[in-house]
Amino acid sequence: MRLKNFIPVLYIVFLLLPIYWLVNMSFKTNDEILSVFTLWPQNLTLHNYRVIFTDASWYSGYINSMIYVSINVVISVTFALPAAYAFSRYSFVGDKHLFFWLLTNRMAPPAVFALPFFQLYSSIGLFDTHIAVAVAHCLFNLPLAVWILEGFMSGIPKEIDETAFVDGYSWPRFFVKIFIPNIASGIGVTAFFCFMFSWVELLLARTLTAVNAKPISAIMTRTVSASGLDWGVLAAAGVLTILPGALVIWFVRNHIAKGFALGRV
Amino acid sequence: MIVKQTNQKAWFMVLPVFLVVAFSAVIPLMTVVNYSVQDTFGNNVFFWVGMDWFKELIHSDRFHAAFLRQLLFSGIILAIEVPLGIVIALAMPRKGWGVPVCLISMALPLLIPWNVVGTIWQIFGRVDIGLLGHSLASLGIDYNYTQDPIAAWLTVIVMDVWHWTSLVVLLCYAGLCSIPDAYYQAAKIDGASRWSVFRYIQLPKMQRVLLIAILLRFMDSFMIYTEPFVITGGGPGNSTTFMSIDLVKMAVGQFDLGPAAAMSLVYFLVILLLSWVFYTVMSNIGENSSNGGGR
Repeated sequence: MRLKNFIPVLYIVFLLLPIYWLVNMSFKTNDEILSVFTLWPQNLTLHNYRVIFTDASWYSGYINSMIYVSINVVISVTFALPAAYAFSRYSFVGDKHLFFWLLTNRMAPPAVFALPFFQLYSSIGLFDTHIAVAVAHCLFNLPLAVWILEGFMSGIPKEIDETAFVDGYSWPRFFVKIFIPNIASGIGVTAFFCFMFSWVELLLARTLTAVNAKPISAIMTRTVSASGLDWGVLAAAGVLTILPGALVIWFVRNHIAKGFALGRV
Repeated sequence: MIVKQTNQKAWFMVLPVFLVVAFSAVIPLMTVVNYSVQDTFGNNVFFWVGMDWFKELIHSDRFHAAFLRQLLFSGIILAIEVPLGIVIALAMPRKGWGVPVCLISMALPLLIPWNVVGTIWQIFGRVDIGLLGHSLASLGIDYNYTQDPIAAWLTVIVMDVWHWTSLVVLLCYAGLCSIPDAYYQAAKIDGASRWSVFRYIQLPKMQRVLLIAILLRFMDSFMIYTEPFVITGGGPGNSTTFMSIDLVKMAVGQFDLGPAAAMSLVYFLVILLLSWVFYTVMSNIGENSSNGGGR
């Protein structure tokens, strides 16, 4: 049994070491980072974080990312709910083909779409807006949301629908009052995955924005390429991008494994 | 299976999704198709060149090299992450305080923006300021991912293992949790060995999750762009220029729309085809083994 416990511990150490190193660096001054090699900060400083929280060109990136990720999660979940219901309850002309076609969009490399997206959103005047990034991310998040929600909905017995209709519920009222509460954890898991894939994506978000909606990750790459690299601030910015994800995991920790299991398994 | 009612009105429920995805997928895809068969001298004047870009692409060494690198990369990634993920999932605790600790710390890398993953490993591997690079250097190992192609490959692979093995672990763990205790008790009574428990109880139960894990890992590793771009920028030389990096270089860097569009289409078709092959092969294996189990 000892070896068995050893494997996950080793793996978690492997996962956390690079993250620890980033956190460690974010509390160091640049002098300390570059001159001496230390395993923990000798002169603990909050200077790097202060830079980010006081400079608008830094913290606006976080706000932009949060805005388009939220819009994307709302669009993905609200649009996917009725579609997933249709796929799980009814058969209709072309349903299987449509479902497969939706999934193929999950397989499309974002690199293929970067340039056409840029032209498309420029031509309709949405370039450099939050809504453009949110809609672009729907390309892979909507199919995923439909896929996961369909899995959850198929786990709800059909008798619930039928009983409600016999009781005189109209479809919208039944859907909101009875069905949605039944798949609440499924919606949570779906929102989690939409958040995750929209939050981590960079290529499309960077291509579709210039100034007003520039995501934090794009601001970081700009800093990397600039001369006179400020390692401490870069590390602090990195740590701050990990935090929202960590918070979200904390809230859905009991649902993650279940979500993986129920989402089409 | 639930018997589904035929109802054409269901199309109205699917319509919003259909419209949004069509807007984001079909219009750009048509633009790509458009470019792939035309050439331009600027000023938005295009003329028809037919299949020329495709012919050029098929015979181009640059494309072959990027494609082979990509296949090798995805192959290595699958060969490491899938067995490793299964082993870790098997070793994970099923109850107690260890479960949330494992789940949270393992899910953490999945939620880090991809360029930050690149940055983390860029810093971690640097000889002057990174823990990994510094430790290796002090052990006397010559390691520099910006100059040595092998070191660059190793860095990118270790980074991807770090980033994505958890996805396989979480999926397999979910599959394992769905096995009722009675199965294990029955195996114990029969005196089954550890290996046969794995082979005849756990592996079949994980089959569907494994299919999803392999498909997702294959698709995403085949599309990898941001992380190697941040760490190595495709270098040293072209040694870590994978398909997406090459494509972006061509489309955005050099603005060769025709060849880039042709490459996009071939790229997309290759992913579709390989995903389909994986899906078919794995589902067939699944059916055969479940038939075997029933016999």
